[in-house]
Amino acid sequence: MTGKLPYLKETPSQTAGPYVHIGLAPGAAGFEIYRSELGWDIAGPNAKGERIRVEGIVIDGTGSPVKDVLLEAWQANAAGVYAHPEVAGAVEEGFRGWGRVITDFATGEWGFDTVKPGAAPGRNGQVQAPHINLWIVARGINLGLHTRLYFEDEAEANATDPVLNLIEWERRRATLIAKRTLRDGKPVYRFDIRLQDGDETVFFDI
Amino acid sequence: MDEFYARDRRWHPPARHPDYKTSVTRSPNYAAISLDQTVSEITGPVFGHTDIDAIDNDLLSNFTRPGEHPVGERIIVHGRVLDENARPVPNTLVEIWQANASGRYRHKKDSYLGALDPNFGGCGRTMTDDQGYYFFRTVKPGAYPWRNWVNDWRPAHIHVSVFGSGFTQRLITQMYFEGDPLIAKCPIVATIPDPAAVDLLIARLDMNATVPLDSIAYRFDIVLRGRRSTLFENRLEGN
Repeated sequence: MTGKLPYLKETPSQTAGPYVHIGLAPGAAGFEIYRSELGWDIAGPNAKGERIRVEGIVIDGTGSPVKDVLLEAWQANAAGVYAHPEVAGAVEEGFRGWGRVITDFATGEWGFDTVKPGAAPGRNGQVQAPHINLWIVARGINLGLHTRLYFEDEAEANATDPVLNLIEWERRRATLIAKRTLRDGKPVYRFDIRLQDGDETVFFDI
Repeated sequence: MDEFYARDRRWHPPARHPDYKTSVTRSPNYAAISLDQTVSEITGPVFGHTDIDAIDNDLLSNFTRPGEHPVGERIIVHGRVLDENARPVPNTLVEIWQANASGRYRHKKDSYLGALDPNFGGCGRTMTDDQGYYFFRTVKPGAYPWRNWVNDWRPAHIHVSVFGSGFTQRLITQMYFEGDPLIAKCPIVATIPDPAAVDLLIARLDMNATVPLDSIAYRFDIVLRGRRSTLFENRLEGN
């Protein structure tokens, strides 16, 4: 006799819609309700490593900024350790490695402050170049988009990164490399995300 | 580290669905690159009870003026967060947001005619307990019109955001209400290809969980991606 396997199906996704801020960043929607909103401080005060800022814009298929995006960042600390109970190694007190950022309603610009992550272990003994995992939701996005931000000044590590090397089209790898500049002595990485067109950002099915 | 089951991309809405017009310019044209999961995907943020307050799951009182209540049908939304192996997902963050009983959102970008309610904010958050159980108190949201086709109306819905233990499990969705005739007409609902999948988003009236003379209850279970247990490895947990 053949029977059905006893698995459940995943709850299907629906768009976060234009008012995602109400739930996940109510201050931006225009009201204060919680003691503290989650995700505003990614690294905390004690994190070691280089303090950086990451900025960008999300661009739609018409070339226009998307002004109602919410992004979440997930990253390791400067030693390449994720703040998670299954990971060996400790992170600094107050380091969560997760953050939430919304775009400016007028310009579409977003940005967050953090520390630059270190190289993390990959599969089968490989090493992953330093990167920040990003998840993007908005009105018109039916299932959250996963991508990764890598750092321009890590060219050597990027060259051997197993995920970047998985991207068959070399020119598309460049869509995942954030450009480094200095502003008042502080490193700022620029990472624009293109949802469509020839320079479309690489998204991952993980 | 144990990986999560591959996501069934045919079960979720495709990125581009022309009847939901906004998706046309916001959907990637190229195929997503399939990635073997690493520590970056398998791990995810951990939240604790110090992150939130007990009142945060009570939309009937978390934005009210003293002695007042929001307008609308008082409801309880409750259920469990499970994974595809039917195991509870404990201690995970669940966040919701919704329109008020008039179908109006408390958001600086919403200008619908429906009135704001001074006693209703429209958001809540909670952690599942050790059995994956969660609940909220709120009011039933109203339907509202939106500019897609010229006469589209959203069925009453509550937006739901869930984490799980790994960033791959991250999910945002919408919960609908049993019996609502607008569900079948909604272009956003219709982005989901399989009616059986839509059915998972429809909360059921749950008379056993009502509070008599106080609140009607709806049951909404949420299923996150399941995790593969490592075969041929001598472990009790997960096999």
